[in-house]
Amino acid sequence: MLYINCPHCGMRSQNEFSYGGDASVKRPELNTEISDKEWDDFVYNRKSLRGKHLELWQHISGCRQWIKVERDTATHEIFRTFKADEEVA
Amino acid sequence: MQKYSIFNLVKNAFSNHENWDLAWKDPTPKEEYDVVIIGGGGHGLATAYYLAKEHNITKVAIIEKGWIGGGNVGRNTTIIRSNYMHDENGLFSEFGMDLWRKMSQDLNYNVMFSPRGIINLAHSDAQMNAYARRGNSMRLNGIDAVLLNREQVKEIIPMADFSENVRFPIFGGLMQPSAGTARHDAVAWGYARQADSMGVDIIQNCEVIGFDVSAGKINGIRTSRGNIKAKKVGLCVAGSTNILAEKLNMTLPIETHLLQACVSEPIKPVLDNVVTFGAGHFYVSQSDKGEMVMGGDLDGYNSYAQRGNLPTLQHVLTEGIAMMPFLSKLKMLRTWGGIMDMSMDGSPIIDKTHIEGLYLNCGWCYGGFKATPASGWTFAHTIAQDRVHELNAGYSLNRFSTGHLIDEKGLGTKTWIS
Repeated sequence: MLYINCPHCGMRSQNEFSYGGDASVKRPELNTEISDKEWDDFVYNRKSLRGKHLELWQHISGCRQWIKVERDTATHEIFRTFKADEEVA
Repeated sequence: MQKYSIFNLVKNAFSNHENWDLAWKDPTPKEEYDVVIIGGGGHGLATAYYLAKEHNITKVAIIEKGWIGGGNVGRNTTIIRSNYMHDENGLFSEFGMDLWRKMSQDLNYNVMFSPRGIINLAHSDAQMNAYARRGNSMRLNGIDAVLLNREQVKEIIPMADFSENVRFPIFGGLMQPSAGTARHDAVAWGYARQADSMGVDIIQNCEVIGFDVSAGKINGIRTSRGNIKAKKVGLCVAGSTNILAEKLNMTLPIETHLLQACVSEPIKPVLDNVVTFGAGHFYVSQSDKGEMVMGGDLDGYNSYAQRGNLPTLQHVLTEGIAMMPFLSKLKMLRTWGGIMDMSMDGSPIIDKTHIEGLYLNCGWCYGGFKATPASGWTFAHTIAQDRVHELNAGYSLNRFSTGHLIDEKGLGTKTWIS
């Protein structure tokens, strides 16, 4: 069982959350020239890191907010959690 | 190579079976090979076998970080099927079914292929219509499919829950009678033994730490046991694909996720077929030892852990008990997990890459085991001829840019959603 520290609600079990994938993926800016390669990278291509991975989760059975979680994909250790709009240094 | 036969069995009995040849050797890596296959799993071993057998390329090495057959080929639920709707998947898998049927003779190794049939249960009228459509598509591709009504299903699996007042009543099901199971370790060992006998070097405990690429062409690999030159290199590493891709500065439409499976304590024969629950993701068959072999959803978040988490297992088995209530009486014997290369449309990739001499085989999602022979056969063809075969032409890497996705399950890019 993972325990995720929701920045809005505190420590909760993974059962309350749903996963939203890699949080480092950025949608290309609107109204700019975008190459097919940039769209591919946004829609399909993923680094799928082994180790520290910044990812989106939604506290679906809680506050329903999207949050960012920094987690190790090999050990499942959770290092930090952030609000969705927080910049991650 | 010693042939496995009744005569050799009797002959070796006189010397207490102490003089059998080793099934494969333990060579030290040579300086150079024509083809290096990275990954000694089912697909890698099959690729090496078909390179030697079909294309007469025997200066081949398989480089395996751990031991052969220790990854997903030893961790799956052994289901073999070709019940796909899309042509690319259907024709590819049905080609594989032919190889499965001949495999024990072909490899002189009993892979215990058991075509016991698979039944996908339907729990609504809409699902029955969808299965009728899929069954018709299968039959157009020469794959056997039978649409069963509720009574017919009840005759085959009377132990399932056929009461009226359940949340997901059984309306019927789609059956592929020629589908089945096989002994998964035997598949890896059978391919390994034959490949070895034809001159392939199976190099275990050898980790790839880098690639030697210059002017857009592959020249070799760097490993924990030294540098190896190679004219061609094939990647067959399933859940570790992204780790190697990073060393090649490639980003792929693949995410690595964890899939669990489990077996119950052994019980007397009760289930003759493979059965899948249609209102969720759960499948079950009974092994020759009597264990109920079960699996279902991914854990649901990126993972390289090779071990699972209990919430998903509980969720999957809840579906199992809804389908076959007697499963709740059984004790769990063993659970385990493997890391899946989940592609962004749920279908695999067998293709060349932008690097000359580098070939890619990945993206098998839930269905890697049953694809073992067809994957090896087509990957060997792609490597040997430096062009894809028509069977794997649809499994191209650039289909994600061109829009020619093979979205069998209609899940979009989040194939890990359950």
